[in-house]
Amino acid sequence: MSQLSRRKLITSALGATAGVAGIAVTARLADRNGFTPPEWHGIYGPGDTMTYAAQKLLTRHTMAREFSRDRISKVPFANQISPPAEEFKRLQAGGFADWRLVIGGLVARPTSLSLADIRRYPLRSQITHLACEEGWSYVAEWIGAPLSHVLHAVGALPQAKYVVYHSIEKGWTDSIDMADALHPQTFLTYGMNGSELPVGFGGPLRMRVPRQLGYKSVKFINRLTVIDSIKALPPGGDYSWYAGI
Amino acid sequence: MASANAHHFPNEQYDAALAAAPRHTATVRVTHWIAALCFFALLVSGIEVLISHPRFYWGEDGNVLIKPLFTLPIPASRATVPTGYGYVLPDQNGWSRSLHFEAGWAVVLTGLFYVLAGLIGGHLRKNLVPAGADLSGGALAKSFADHLRLRRRSESEAASYNVLQRLAYLAVIFFLFPFTVWSGLAMSPAIVSVTPSVVTLLGGQQSARTIHFFCTILLVLFVLVHIGMVWLSGFGNRMRAMTTGHATEQPVATQEEQP
Repeated sequence: MSQLSRRKLITSALGATAGVAGIAVTARLADRNGFTPPEWHGIYGPGDTMTYAAQKLLTRHTMAREFSRDRISKVPFANQISPPAEEFKRLQAGGFADWRLVIGGLVARPTSLSLADIRRYPLRSQITHLACEEGWSYVAEWIGAPLSHVLHAVGALPQAKYVVYHSIEKGWTDSIDMADALHPQTFLTYGMNGSELPVGFGGPLRMRVPRQLGYKSVKFINRLTVIDSIKALPPGGDYSWYAGI
Repeated sequence: MASANAHHFPNEQYDAALAAAPRHTATVRVTHWIAALCFFALLVSGIEVLISHPRFYWGEDGNVLIKPLFTLPIPASRATVPTGYGYVLPDQNGWSRSLHFEAGWAVVLTGLFYVLAGLIGGHLRKNLVPAGADLSGGALAKSFADHLRLRRRSESEAASYNVLQRLAYLAVIFFLFPFTVWSGLAMSPAIVSVTPSVVTLLGGQQSARTIHFFCTILLVLFVLVHIGMVWLSGFGNRMRAMTTGHATEQPVATQEEQP
């Protein structure tokens, strides 16, 4: 082996090592600072991660667009849901008086709230756009309690990283990071356009995450779990976990 | 390169230099094929997402209860959309959306690299900005007429892009492609929370979606014409030039033109 090619080989090896180390350090830093999404969809991992990191960086202090009252859609639309579970029908027959939101996980004071309890939190409303990933959308007024107020009351622990929310409908579970969970426009929603939240739109209680697409705004919420790693969750299907775009 | 046929440059040294110099630089070739691959991925995944709601609107609102601007006469992948077809296509939005954004990242980064390298290396100035004389009405009309008659040019004439080609590439690189990205980003609730004007300037989220669709139509037209022109000017040779950098063999087209 000649001098030159050996030098070339060593330089290339050093370069490659530096490159790999650089990527590893960047990945570690990104992970530590919350710039990597909790799910990695194989070959789509790099794209999902870049989208999440870029949007996390850009949306730290941003608010979803709010509209004036006259911009509320005359005809909001909600995707039909499969026939509700027996448990839902029973609660609906009782006017949702027995609906409970069970809050647990990494919180100082695990609790269970009725709808009346949730209504005792300061009422907030927002007129925001709801866009479904399918392509349709509408503008509506959403009324509820900011999730941050509830998380504060139950004492979410410092190591909390995600809030998981479960629907009474089987298979509907999703989660958001603490930045979104504590965002002032993230609501536990019980009202819409000046009245009760209709069942078709997720009543009696719907998570509303207006800086993400509609599928993160899960209907019929009855359980919240605060966690520090999403690894324990069942896989979330083939839709991207982060839905800011 | 043979100078048997009478073209504009009888200087054999020039011809030799022309044959030796790569027709396309490595940067142009690599970015071209990455962009081509991304375009295909974006088109397929975009169509897949589109068929879940093949209706288009203007403004902020749009759903099946609202009268659409227009509807594509195709079946949908969601049962809630009235299409007149008796069946529903399978939902493939999960991977389609992920592929769309991953290819989007790849093509935007590739495009930025291409423009930056083109500015530094002079590719944009030398090969894309048309010469002043070529922009006169007469020159443009002549080039246009030549294209309409599908008149093929000799290899040395074709050593650089012609004026219509330059204008088309510039329009795609600096207008159509950025506008497609913009209208795409305008549909993102997170992006518009950063800068609402991204969407309000386009007239609303549904307007952005409709604009994104028309941008796609224009891009597809561009690609079809582009492939058509490549075909007319010698497919094998042009493909070789864009892959290896050299159009080494005498183009069949030029030989055929001899009596």
